[in-house]
Amino acid sequence: MIIVGSLLLSATKDFPDWGDQDSPANDGPVSSFYIEKTEEKTKVPNMVTAVLADYRGYDTMFETVVIFIAGIGIIAVLRTYGNNDSTPKNQVGDEGAGLLAKITCSLILPFIQLFALYVVAHGHHSPGGGFQGGVMLGASYILLALAYGLARAKSCFSEKRTLVFAVVGIIIYVGWGVLCLIMGKEFLNYSALDSILPGGVEMARSHSMLAVEIGVALTVTAVMFSMFSNLSTKGRLDKGL
Amino acid sequence: MDIIIASFIEEVIVPKFNYWIYVILMMIGLFAMITKNNLIKKLIGMAIFQTAIILLYVSVGVKSEANIPIISHHGHQEHVEHAQDENHSPKPEVSTDDKSEKGDHHTIDKDKFANPLPHVLMLTAIVVGVSTLGLALAISQKVHGSFGTLEEDEILDQLKPGGHD
Amino acid sequence: MIWQFDIIILIFLVVTAVIALRVKDLLGASMIFGIYSFLICLLWAEMGAVDVAFTEAAVGAGVSTVIMIATVFSTTRRSKD
Repeated sequence: MIIVGSLLLSATKDFPDWGDQDSPANDGPVSSFYIEKTEEKTKVPNMVTAVLADYRGYDTMFETVVIFIAGIGIIAVLRTYGNNDSTPKNQVGDEGAGLLAKITCSLILPFIQLFALYVVAHGHHSPGGGFQGGVMLGASYILLALAYGLARAKSCFSEKRTLVFAVVGIIIYVGWGVLCLIMGKEFLNYSALDSILPGGVEMARSHSMLAVEIGVALTVTAVMFSMFSNLSTKGRLDKGL
Repeated sequence: MDIIIASFIEEVIVPKFNYWIYVILMMIGLFAMITKNNLIKKLIGMAIFQTAIILLYVSVGVKSEANIPIISHHGHQEHVEHAQDENHSPKPEVSTDDKSEKGDHHTIDKDKFANPLPHVLMLTAIVVGVSTLGLALAISQKVHGSFGTLEEDEILDQLKPGGHD
Repeated sequence: MIWQFDIIILIFLVVTAVIALRVKDLLGASMIFGIYSFLICLLWAEMGAVDVAFTEAAVGAGVSTVIMIATVFSTTRRSKD
């Protein structure tokens, strides 16, 4: 292990200085193109969201599929069915936390969800986008499960509904690409939707980015909540469903 | 002789100090993955290794005195309020290259923004990392349910003489 | 890009990583891992990578720490090394 460490350390000799503006990663043609031309081609000020959803949309689609597979994998590994009469008391607390935590969480939860939806929708102009908003929305349901007990969260977001959300999210993403395919251009080339969406070619790309981000957020929400509910009850999901 | 060694160390370590720290973090993660016996400690080591690599990639795209990669629009009266906007003041006067677009848009100087490309790739990496962590924790729960312990050497002892599997 | 701040945060990062691996209580290790995630998020926000910092704050210090603590509650809480 010392050998690997010293090898890596000797490679740092060639690295550029920190904050150098002429380093090869910063000066290459691709990055310059992204910085300079994103504004005029897609009218989206947030460069990271534009690159993530439009220029590298293929990667994002498969990343969503990876999250979905992880959720399905956890269900496949842990989930057990059948009636267990002698289940031990649910570790995460079935009646939830104390009274003070319940009141605080009930006050703050709607704002968390509203902010999560805002982050998804405003991803074009501020840091944010599909992933961040989806994780926050999933975390709000986890907070509900922690404060009020898992049964209450299950009544809002049952297992069947999580699976439906996850699949719908992926279908939105892939379906949007197929829609572009139908309109005549390549897969996930948003400028082909110029005729159905209002605005010019640039606004078509901007609106398509929003639709795609909504799909990503739905899948991420469902998978985060299903991961938590499976991991905290060892797959039994008792006292619910 | 000492002065030569000292100056050599000064040249190699000091400007690239942060890369040394990243490599040290990676080695800590790798060490934990290999030598620790507890399964959860191994997973913590894996997560440390992942975040150290992401740190390395993001810090390659950092430019000193650069703004965040979001182009801000401070209203459409740009040609009127030229005295109040600090965000726009360096750009139209300094950049002399002729990459200007339409008439009323300012030119975007690529040195004033951080590089967005590593951010995008690392966003994917973080999310894939948390998916892997979730799945690994699920498998470790099953291992604990089946063997009764989370220590690697005890699990290997139970596996060797044909213990219940 | 304030280099004093960066060096302090980086040294904290190394110390936190070493402590998270040496603590024998698994619940404490999960919590210290949450602290590590927060420090990395702070470092990225200072470097100018706001989207990455947002994602790390939501994912690393939120969901990742919670599922680790959920697993520790379901299994043992002490570790032998």
